[in-house]
Parts: sequence; structure tokens; C-alpha cells
Amino acid sequence: MNKTWNNGAWFMVLPVLALVAFNAVIPLMTVVNYSVQETFGNNIFFFEGVKWFEEVLHSERFHAALLRQLAFTGTILLIEIPLGVMIALTMPRQGPWVSVCLVLMALPLLIPWNVVGAIWNIFALPDIGLLGRSLNGMGFDYNYTHQPVAAWFTMILMDVWHWTSLVVLLAYAGLRSIPDAYYQAAKIDSASRWAVFRYIQLPKMKRVLTIAVLLRFMDSFMIYTEPFVLTGGGPGNSTTLLSIDLVKIALGQFDLGPAAAMSIIYFLIVLLLSWVFYTLTMRSEDQS
Amino acid sequence: MTLELRKISKQVGGETHIGDVDLTLASGTLTILLGPTLSGKTSLMRLMAGLDRPTAGQVLIDGTDVTGVPVQKRSVAMVYQQFINYPNLTVYENIASPMRVAGLNRQETDAAVRRAADLMRLTSLLDRKPLELSGGQQQRTALARAIVKGADLVLLDEPLANLDYKLREELREELPRLFSETGAIFVYATTEPTEALLLGGNTATLHEGRVTQFGATLDVYRRPVDRNTADVFSDPPMNFLAITVGGGQVTAGEQTLPATGQIAELADGRYAIGFRPNHLHLARPELPAIAVTANVAVTEITGSESFVHLDFDGQRWIALLHGIHDLEPGSAAEVFLDPGRFYVFNEDDALVAAPDPAEAA
Amino acid sequence: MARIELQKVAHSYLARPAGEQDFAVKELDLTWDDGGAYALLGPSGCGKTTLLNIISGLLTPSCGQVVFNGRNVTEERPEQRNIAQVFQFPVIYDTMTVRQNLAFPLKNRHVPSDAIAARVTEIAGMIDLDSVLDRKAHNLSADQKQKISLGRGLVRSDVNAILFDEPLTVIDPHLKWQLRSQLKKLHREFAFTMVYVTHDQTEALTFADKVVVMYEGEVVQIGTPEDLFERPMHTFVGYFIGSPGMNVAPVSVEGNRAILGGYAIKLARTYADTPVGAKLELGTRPEFIRFAGNGGAKDGEGLPVTVKRVDDIGRFKVAKVELAGVPLAVVADEDTVIDGDEARIVFDPDHVHIYADSQLLEGVAQ
Repeated sequence: MNKTWNNGAWFMVLPVLALVAFNAVIPLMTVVNYSVQETFGNNIFFFEGVKWFEEVLHSERFHAALLRQLAFTGTILLIEIPLGVMIALTMPRQGPWVSVCLVLMALPLLIPWNVVGAIWNIFALPDIGLLGRSLNGMGFDYNYTHQPVAAWFTMILMDVWHWTSLVVLLAYAGLRSIPDAYYQAAKIDSASRWAVFRYIQLPKMKRVLTIAVLLRFMDSFMIYTEPFVLTGGGPGNSTTLLSIDLVKIALGQFDLGPAAAMSIIYFLIVLLLSWVFYTLTMRSEDQS
Repeated sequence: MTLELRKISKQVGGETHIGDVDLTLASGTLTILLGPTLSGKTSLMRLMAGLDRPTAGQVLIDGTDVTGVPVQKRSVAMVYQQFINYPNLTVYENIASPMRVAGLNRQETDAAVRRAADLMRLTSLLDRKPLELSGGQQQRTALARAIVKGADLVLLDEPLANLDYKLREELREELPRLFSETGAIFVYATTEPTEALLLGGNTATLHEGRVTQFGATLDVYRRPVDRNTADVFSDPPMNFLAITVGGGQVTAGEQTLPATGQIAELADGRYAIGFRPNHLHLARPELPAIAVTANVAVTEITGSESFVHLDFDGQRWIALLHGIHDLEPGSAAEVFLDPGRFYVFNEDDALVAAPDPAEAA
Repeated sequence: MARIELQKVAHSYLARPAGEQDFAVKELDLTWDDGGAYALLGPSGCGKTTLLNIISGLLTPSCGQVVFNGRNVTEERPEQRNIAQVFQFPVIYDTMTVRQNLAFPLKNRHVPSDAIAARVTEIAGMIDLDSVLDRKAHNLSADQKQKISLGRGLVRSDVNAILFDEPLTVIDPHLKWQLRSQLKKLHREFAFTMVYVTHDQTEALTFADKVVVMYEGEVVQIGTPEDLFERPMHTFVGYFIGSPGMNVAPVSVEGNRAILGGYAIKLARTYADTPVGAKLELGTRPEFIRFAGNGGAKDGEGLPVTVKRVDDIGRFKVAKVELAGVPLAVVADEDTVIDGDEARIVFDPDHVHIYADSQLLEGVAQ
């Protein structure tokens, strides 16, 4: 019995196609369009070529925001990946507590992102927030609205609280796929906990961890809502990450040209770094 | 229906997975693909099914080129080593699933399902879920699902490998009946020569991605066309002896004997003699035999037979002897080779002489 | 090496077993002698892997005790029992080389590094891994990986027993012969206590000095391969060992004759009192039935059968025949000519056994 090939299926795809076109393709084209033109309002546009791109790439403001962004992404990767793996290692592999743990881990991921920002905004307030009050009570001089260091600390803490669970869940899935025989053999070989982790669990989790790092890298590089709601980019511009800066230029100053150029450069940076990272890990996997 | 593979080859990343294969399979036949792991059996089956496209060559069904046609458009069914069934459907629904997809009505589906279940002896288990069944029953479900839609080509990739050896025996007895009742082209992959001999049909032996020989199973067994085929089709592995023929004499290892029988008819040169483990004797047989002294490495006893592992001239031989013979490891044993059972291969590994079945009786 | 005893050991995977059927291993007593090679043979689900895990310590039995050389180790963990286990699929540390893999158990016990190096070289030579010692374990073939698993067990000089859980499952048929003969050689040279779990009768019979046949959690027979082949104590043993398995047919018994399908078959023993109401069966292996006319039998000898099917498997033939409607299998030499549908078969009285309710009846020798 042969299955029939139903070309009518293509018609079912049209609405999705239209939606995607409307929401993604056309805006993207618009951005590209703006990035090469200049306007002084009144809907009169002048073609400027690569002027905006050059301006953005040479602007100190852009360099500063990019540096801040790299520092942010680097820091949270260094914290979240090891922390996530450690938590996954302590989670039970069978029994009634498994579902409880999984639900607890999933909770932070379900909260709308601006609500996350709002929660931490209040939580960290030096006078009425639990965190702020406690830290000040312990002797630290903590005020994230005035101190850049405190602002960074709070922003990173918020991101770790929000997203480590993702790493935990991915690492846990990777751990669950290791057959029991490996643990049994390790027991018989008198291997220590650390040896089991280093020689069995970590190598077998490599694939999954690659995905986790890639996801966290991309998401954190593009992060907007949570830090914006938390600090607004302040104090001053100390926590102004790339996306926040971009929005300031586009909507605040209404400099559409530079903003569009910056968007495209931003997009290409993310693409390039992701590709480099991905190729490196895939190549090291082939060699091993 | 006739399935023809014409000069099929498949290269993956510089490696040849399948090299230059020509095969023609007819309806109602069983073809066994015999070869060690990684010899290309699964790759070849995937090419036959249309799951992969060959890098070169054509696949023809009844003379029509279907090389580019994807598997959904071909009439193919496949059974795997791991018992693949839908875990949340009952056995009945599992078997019925291909019919449901094809959109047949309820009565026809029911009739076909019951027929297949009957053939695979699953009628009493139709309400159970696959995970409640034993391994053998799960694989029977997968087989039933494969045959219910009456596909023209049914591929079985080592389907019995994950079963207990006794269960394997039982299912293997049922398979020939299955093959003859459905009339499709059956292709069965296996690593075990005994399985090929038990199933009959035709055999294609594979070695490193190439088909070395294709023909009726017993023919390939009795007259392997080259050394690789002889080796693949032997369990325990075939024993080999390197000899040099010259001036009416045969030199084997350090011994020199006058050339007799088939060997006397060979041209001078170097040859490899292959003989099967059950053609080595401890006692001098009635027919003319060549005596060789070999070193006993180890003896394995199975209750009714003994496997004696011998070392001769740097080669490891296995002798299969009737009865219990507990030879002392490290001792020297005189063994007798029956030249009437010799396979002679020349330096290019091609067969130049084989035992004559009529003569051997 | 150790003498291992299992005393009144039973195990159920359920917390509160209701009855016998909930036990994966029913109560048994077994002794494994120091330096013996044993096989645990049985179909899937018979409890052999459970029993192996009880010996190794990966599983604590619900009842009973495990004793090593007189010491009760039931509560001890695997690393304290000093055993080695080779699993069904190769378990190796991918990121390490072969040398590091073999050294691993010794490193974990803080053995000095020169002692480790010497021992690793010695063991690698024993199992033919010396040529690949510095390669990454990950890249080797399946049989070499299994050897690494075995090697990791052998490096510990005080290992009590080596346990094998269907270790040849992923190995190609040709390589199985090599690995098996190597295991046999190792056993002969070093007298390790080895316990080998399998469902493959060839592996069990060639490997072991004594085979423990299990069925549904119980030990059905313990014996040498020859015992199991020549005198199966239970019809299951007859069926499970031998390919094809033993022929079993219902009969009635009169003294030293069995009546099968109306024909009288002479027996080697006399059975005076058969248990009343028991199911009487005759068991004889296909290898011990021959076709009349071959091997110098006289004409007219034997019982007439119809030949249903003959399978030629190269080194012998298997004929499926029917004697008065009773199906029997006969194994014949590869050169035997089985002509047409009619033939005559001859039984070997020494290898015809009588079973009552599946258990072997002793009878009296004549």
C-alpha cells in the first residue's frame, strides 16, 4: 500500500507563512532599509550607504556597551554552568522526590521576564527589600540604584536565579541517560565521587552541556527585559547592555539610521560568536 | 516485483560504506545478507528501502528507476534489532497502524490484522501493550506490523539478535513459513552463518561494503568464490594453511609431503588451503589423510563435542571433534587433514579448487 | 581467589512479596569452589543476573547470606568484596587511554606508581592488549574494549572472583572464539574463580567446569557439561541445552520398554514402579537417534517414520520426522542421504531417559 502525497498540505502552511512574513521578514527588511538611509523626519529619506555602519563601529559608546555585554555574558556563563551541573548532580534519579525537584527547578523559568525584573527591583531595594535590608544589616554598604558595583551584582544574581534552572534541567537529562553499568563498574573499581564525575558523568554530558552553553550564551547576549526593569541601564550607564543601548538610541533619540545599523551589527556579532563556538565544540567532538 | 541494484555505491565522508553492488531480487524470495558488523548490511538495506540515496548507481523496481524516490512512496517495511513498537498502543492497534495511515476501512483493517496476528501467533495477546510482553512477543508484533500492509519489500535487520538463543531458535522456525505465505521480497541481515544455513533462500556475503558472492545459500557455503567469502561463511572460523607447491611436493610449515589428489593438479606456486573445523580428525580416517603435528592451545568441551584450539605454523586452528577429548594444553597432537575437503585459494584469494560433494560422500 | 557460598539466599524486587511468584530468586544454597569456572545458564528472566548481582554486592538479597572464604559479606559493598565484573556492553572510561583504564582501580587504592606500571604491563601482556596500551580506549573495537573491562578486574592482585554478565553479546561470531579461548587459557593458568552468566548454551558449556541451569528463579540442575548433555535431570535442561533441544514425547512405561505411539522402545534401565498419576515422558536427544541404513545398521531395523523436513546446515543435517504422529528431531551427519519421505530410525537405549512430571526417573540398571 503506497502512501499518497498530498499537495494540499501546502495550503495549510500559508497562514503561518503570512504571519511570519508580517512579523519577522518585513520588519527585518525595514531595519535593513533604515540602516542605509537618513531621515530628518517628514518621511524624506536620503541614501547614505555604509555611513551609519561606520559611525556605529567607531563610536565609543558602542564599544563600551559591547564590553559591558561581553563581561556580563562571560560572568554568568562561568557561574551558571558549573552551578547548574552541581545542582543536577545532587538531584535524585529515582523515587517520589524526582517530580518534586523537577517542578521546583522549572518554576523560575515560568515567570514572565518583566515580572522577574520587578521582583528583583523590589527585593533588592536597600530600605524595604529583603535582600537590600539584609545586606545593609550585615554591614555592607549596598544600594544598587546608586552604586555601579551593587547594580552589577544584583543584575548577575537575578540572572543566575532566573536561568540556572535551565542548565540544571538539561544537565539532569544528560545524567539520566548514563546507563547504570557505568556507576556499577566505578563502584567495583573503588572510584571516588570526584573520579566518577570527571571520568564518567562529565564526558557523557558533553553534548548536553554544549547545548546549554550555546543557549545561555545567545540568550544572555540579547537580554533586555530583566535588566531594564531592574536598573533601567543605570546608575548612569553602568549596566547599559547592548540591547538597552540600542533601544535608547532607536526610541529615545529616534535616530533610526544608527539604531538600524547597530541592530544589524548586533545580530551579526551574535551569529558569528555562536557559529565560532558551535564549530569549535563540534570539531573537538569529532576528534575525540 | 523485481528489485534491482545496479552499481550501487555509497560514500560517506571519504569512506566507502557500500562499493559497487549489483543485485537482483525477485518476489517470493528470501535473500540473506551475511557479514560481520560494519560490513555494510544495514547501509545496503537502507539503500534498498530508500532511506538513503546512493552516491552512484541506480535502484530499479520492475525496471523503473526509483533511485530518487523517498521511502514513503515505496512499498517497504522494516523490522529492527530493537523491538520497535508504539508503546502506548495495544498490540492490535500497533499492527493496525499502517492500515489506518493508508486509510482503509474498519472491516478490511480488522481482517488484515487478524490474519497477520494469526500468522505470528499473537491472537491471544491483541489487547496487551508491548511493554507487557516478552522480547519474543514484542518482536513478533513488530514482524506482524511489517507484513500486514502487504509491502512488496520487507527488510529485517538482525531481528533476532536481541533475543535469547532458544527464543531465536523458535522464531527462526516460524520465519520460513512467514516468507512463503506473504510472497514479498524478504531481505534478512545477520552475522551468523548458522542462521543463514537454517533459513535457506539466497545469500549475499558482504565484506567491507562489497558483495563478494550471491547465490543459493548452500551453494555459497559449499563453493565460496574467494577466501573472504569462505571465512565469512564459517562458524567456527575456517582454518587456513599456507602451502607451497613445487616439483610434485607440498611444503606446509616445516613439513614436506608428496602432493596428492587435488593438490597434485595445481600449478607450482603458493596457495592457501581452507578447511572447516569438523574436517580435522584425531584418529586416522579411512580415506587418505595428511598428518600434521600441531600444538594444543586450549580445549573447550560442550558435552557432546569438543573444540580443540591448535597452533600450527603461527596460525590458530579450531578442530570440532565428536565426543569428549580433553587434550592437555601445551602438548603436541597429531591431527589428520582430509584433502578431499580442502578449499584451495591462490595468492589473489580466489578459489581454484573445492571439495566435490559427490566425491566426499 | 575465594570460595563463595550462598546460604539460603532468596530475593524479591518487591518490598512486600506476596508469595513464591514474587521472588526473582527463590531460596537456594550454592557453593562456588575457589578457582572454579562456573556458568549460570538460563533464559531471560530466570534470575541469573539477579544472582550475579547478589554475589558482587550490587544487590543485597532479601534473605540469606553471602559468605566469602568463611567471612559473611552480605552487608558489604562491592568495592569491599574485591570482585571484578565484566558487563554486557563494554564499560570503559572514554577519556582515558588503555593504560590509564587498566591503572584506574589501582590508582584509586593509592598503589605506588611503579607497582601500577609493572602490573599494568603484566596484565596487558596476558590479554593481548600490549600493542594498544597508549591508544585512547574510545577508539578500539568492541572485543578489545571488553578485554579492557576484564583487564581492569585482573589488575587487582587480591581479587576474589571475576563475574561475567553475558560479556560476548556485542562481539562478532568469529571474535567470540578468540575471546572464549583466551578466557579459558586465563582460567587454566591462573585458577581464578569465575562465574559466567549467559543464555547461550555454547558459551556456558565451553567455558565452565560446572554449569548451574536456572529456570524461573530456581536452580534446576548443577553439573558438568557432559552430565547436562547425557543425563538431563529435568526436561527443561534437556530442552534448553542442545540445538535442537531434547525430544520429549508422552509415553507409557512397562518394565524396560517404553510404548511410544504404539511402538515399543527398548530401555537401558527397568522402571518397576512409576509414580501413580504422573505425566510420563520419554526424552532423547536428536544426536542419539540415527537413521537405519547408515552406520552399518541391518536392514529392517528401526521404527518407520515420515520425514517432514530436512535442514542442511553445513556440518550436519536436522531432520524433522514423525513417528506415528509424534514429532521428533534427528541430527544426522552431513553426508547422510535421507531419501524420500520414508525412513527408519533407531534409538540408543543408553540415551533414552524417562521423566515423570518433568523430573528424571532413576530406574534400575540391567
